[in-house]
Amino acid sequence: MEQAKITIEQLTKVFYKKGQSVTALEEVSLDIQEGEFVCLVGPSGCGKTTLLRILAGLEQLSTGDFSIQQGEKKRPLQSMVFQEKGVIPWLTVEGNVAFGLKMRHLPKKTVQERTAYYLKKVGLEKFAHLYPKELSGGMKQRVSIARAFANDPEILLMDEPFAALDEQNKFILQEELLEIWAETKKTVLFITHSIDEALLLSDKIVLMSAQPGRISQVITIDSPRPRTMEKVRADPVMTEHFVNIRAHLDKEVQGSRG
Amino acid sequence: MSQQNHIHDPVRIERQEWKKRQRKNRWKQGLTLLSPLFLLLAWEVLSRTGLIDARFFPPPTDIVSTFLSMMASGTLFDHVGISLFRILCGFLLGVIPAIILGLLMGLYSPIRHFFSPLIMALMPIPTLALLPIILILFGIGEVSKIVTIAGSVFFPVIINTVAGVISIDRIYLDVAENYGADSRQFFFKIALPGSLPVMLEGIQMGQAIALLTIVAAEMMGANSGIGYLIWTSYKAFLLKEMFVGLVLISFFGYLFSLGIRGLQSKLVPWR
Repeated sequence: MEQAKITIEQLTKVFYKKGQSVTALEEVSLDIQEGEFVCLVGPSGCGKTTLLRILAGLEQLSTGDFSIQQGEKKRPLQSMVFQEKGVIPWLTVEGNVAFGLKMRHLPKKTVQERTAYYLKKVGLEKFAHLYPKELSGGMKQRVSIARAFANDPEILLMDEPFAALDEQNKFILQEELLEIWAETKKTVLFITHSIDEALLLSDKIVLMSAQPGRISQVITIDSPRPRTMEKVRADPVMTEHFVNIRAHLDKEVQGSRG
Repeated sequence: MSQQNHIHDPVRIERQEWKKRQRKNRWKQGLTLLSPLFLLLAWEVLSRTGLIDARFFPPPTDIVSTFLSMMASGTLFDHVGISLFRILCGFLLGVIPAIILGLLMGLYSPIRHFFSPLIMALMPIPTLALLPIILILFGIGEVSKIVTIAGSVFFPVIINTVAGVISIDRIYLDVAENYGADSRQFFFKIALPGSLPVMLEGIQMGQAIALLTIVAAEMMGANSGIGYLIWTSYKAFLLKEMFVGLVLISFFGYLFSLGIRGLQSKLVPWR
């Protein structure tokens, strides 16, 4: 078998402060294949965000290792879609989408073309010159998603991008995300609290347990694509997955209380 | 029973409400004009009737006519011109280094730790108290006044710039780092625009201090400018001329404030 796109080996992260240490992640090992959509699901405080931030280069690991396969030389390794506030308020919608490309000093023409392409993809071409303060929460997250895809990285990291949205918007954005993803076939690592969201999006769901954060189960979702929320809800196999994951999360939350 | 007559026409009721609110707003706007007018009128009457000493408080109409004759003779323009020149040069000389050093201090904590004790120690010293030393160093020419203004503008601007950078939400720094921004891009794309709102508050403060400083500096060591005009008129007991100087200071202070407010909406359209 060819080498995985993302390889995480025995990764451990300890936060240390004034004589106190907290193990956020303990010996996490995970392989993610090229083009896979993987969701990380776990109770709050299980270290999912820490894992993502380590992969994003925003946090240092303590021990262990991880690697991301570089396909094309010039491509950035990863780009992150942040939680709700990740859109930069002093840049216009266009400026935000072009942000990564500009940071890499790509030729103006390339920047323009790719920005325009992804603005259109997420339906924001009319709002290109507005500032984020004038956008709704859903539109802001579209900007965030367009910015990450426009950067054309090896892998995409998404940290609960839809958590702050209302139900309707969430469904719409999830399906839009799937559409863009189907077209680009990027490898995605996606954090969520929502089991429904994970079932809709994933090829694989990685269940984590809390304190210390460990991988407790990997579930393969092989329901055919394209998927919609209606199909996910109607599928008995998915319902079974839902019940299992729910039971796992309940146990974890109970455990951390006791 | 008028309630019942109107109840079938909600638009009409709301329109009357709206008109009432408009009238109230106009009244409030009128009030802001009323207080200065009232003050001037009282001053005029009291001065003319001799209830206050017209030698110390000449009636406003006299001050206006003095202003007009000073304009006509041209001396006023020289004083105003030289003062504005000093303020502008001193302002730029203070603001530009303050912004650059402030951004660096905000972005890089070693630089911040190194410079902040110096700034904290120097800030409480009024630049005017340093005027003798400034005069020794830079002579009695224009440079000494410009340096005095620059020194007093520098501190509020640098402190607000540092605070502005620190107030930038961490997530935008994460975004910049994640998307591969280099240190130049951190400086110009994140720190500078992100700190602008707070920085401009500092510049607004600096502008007011610049005006205070120029008047005092010109009173102490100059032979031209609005401050000089106020001081020599006072010493020669030409109080009408002195009041003209005071009114000019008030006018320019107001004008600069408006200018910086305008700059604010131009530079920070995203707020």
